[in-house]
Amino acid sequence: MARYDRAITVFSPDGHLFQVEYALEAVRKGNAAVGVRGTDTVVLGVEKKSAAKLQDSRSVRKIVNLDNHIALACAGLKADARVLINRARIECQSHRLTVEDPVTVEYITRYIAGLQQKYTQSGGVRPFGLSTLIIGFDPYTGVPSLYQTDPSGTFSAWKANATGRNSNSIREFLEKNYKETHGQETIKLAIRALLEVVESGGKNIEVAVMTKDQGLRQLEEAEIDAIVAEIEAEKAAAEAAKKGPARDA
Amino acid sequence: MKLDTTGLESALPLFGANCQMVDGFTAAPAFDLPTTLDFDGFQKEAIQMVKPAKGTTTLAFIFKEGVMVAADSRASMGGYISSQSVKKIIEINPYMLGTMAGGAADCQFWHRNLGIKVCRLHELANKRRISVTGASKLLANILYSYRGMGLSVGTMIAGWDETGPGLYYVDSEGGRLKGPRFSVGSGSPYAYGVLDSGYRYDMSIEEAAELARRAIYHATFRDGASGGVASVYHVGPNGWKKLSGDDVGELHYKYYPVTPSTVEQEMVEVSGA
Repeated sequence: MARYDRAITVFSPDGHLFQVEYALEAVRKGNAAVGVRGTDTVVLGVEKKSAAKLQDSRSVRKIVNLDNHIALACAGLKADARVLINRARIECQSHRLTVEDPVTVEYITRYIAGLQQKYTQSGGVRPFGLSTLIIGFDPYTGVPSLYQTDPSGTFSAWKANATGRNSNSIREFLEKNYKETHGQETIKLAIRALLEVVESGGKNIEVAVMTKDQGLRQLEEAEIDAIVAEIEAEKAAAEAAKKGPARDA
Repeated sequence: MKLDTTGLESALPLFGANCQMVDGFTAAPAFDLPTTLDFDGFQKEAIQMVKPAKGTTTLAFIFKEGVMVAADSRASMGGYISSQSVKKIIEINPYMLGTMAGGAADCQFWHRNLGIKVCRLHELANKRRISVTGASKLLANILYSYRGMGLSVGTMIAGWDETGPGLYYVDSEGGRLKGPRFSVGSGSPYAYGVLDSGYRYDMSIEEAAELARRAIYHATFRDGASGGVASVYHVGPNGWKKLSGDDVGELHYKYYPVTPSTVEQEMVEVSGA
């Protein structure tokens, strides 16, 4: 097995590309990221590891703009992310220049996935160690979308998804609790999903909301705290309701 | 000579570690300078030599019901009329038309290239049709990269996309203009006269077709390099449709029918001497 993971252009006998799988491991160790698509809103939430005391937390933005109407969050190697994001931003502007039209979410996702795939089929380079969640609105139809790419270069559209640490638990939660939402409800759903694996509190979560008219908006810590408090209150009420009737009986 | 061959490539080249150098923009095309003392003069001469006068009349305008496109069908080489039946309106795809003025081969090749390599591939990759804006911009960029090398193309791209009717003028100098009315070719001043004075935005399809037909006819009447058949196409929300193709000679007698008048002097046979 060790012979097949040095040069990634080589398949193993049982059809694996080990470098790609190791890259997926790197993603699994990255911080949790969740994306939820609503009818008129798309939300990205990322786990924020507690900032060191001397670190300027504003310089560590985890949810970034690719264009006015497209945003990206990722899990995995952040330095690789920077490279991919720069290339994607250039491609967004290049597209605007050559066809006088903003990119569609699908187009830029295909471009990023294509870049990730290129690095799995070249000599001497390693794959990008990150999976991305890309949200945005179609520039003409205004339809919101959420896409995910991974180090192998595959991509697909999702109603809600998670990547990074404990993404399986978050996805299970989303599968159980997803329904079509709009506005504030979508934000709540995303935060609830993230809270499954992250300590609650505004300083451990970074949330950004995108709407068709207002573009990307990063939520303030206070706002996130307020929503978290709402969610906790709802949870407590649900627990009480469950226990209440049982006791009377 | 490095030409912009993005329109001619059939497969994307595979490149590995070098891809860091190409940051999304392809390198600008460049060519070797010829060995001459006066490069600017040489370039002007070269352009004059290969630039045939655009002997033709084509026009297109946007109105309430879409885009009307019309053209004549004469091809001339100096004073020799080489053909009276040239198709100057090129069907790029079912909802986009291009007009031909300048070098026939240049126009035909680049329009077909636009239709297949650019528009169709865009449709397949992005699952939606390319906009008229995008198609015209890509054509203009390709033509710009061949600037100064003798291409002669004066075309109008007319179509209907998600944003409605679109009309752009694109030429081989690399220029690209968006506008409601254009006429291109040696007969264009005459066509503009009729088109501009008769144009209203809210015409019906028949009225607009008649305006286009008349404008082409008047241009063929006065311009020696235009003639043949006046073709009129309409581009609507469901694509283009050819409305008519009338011989301009017959159109002349339709607009100016011969009225019988009394003969002033009758010719008599002169008896042979």
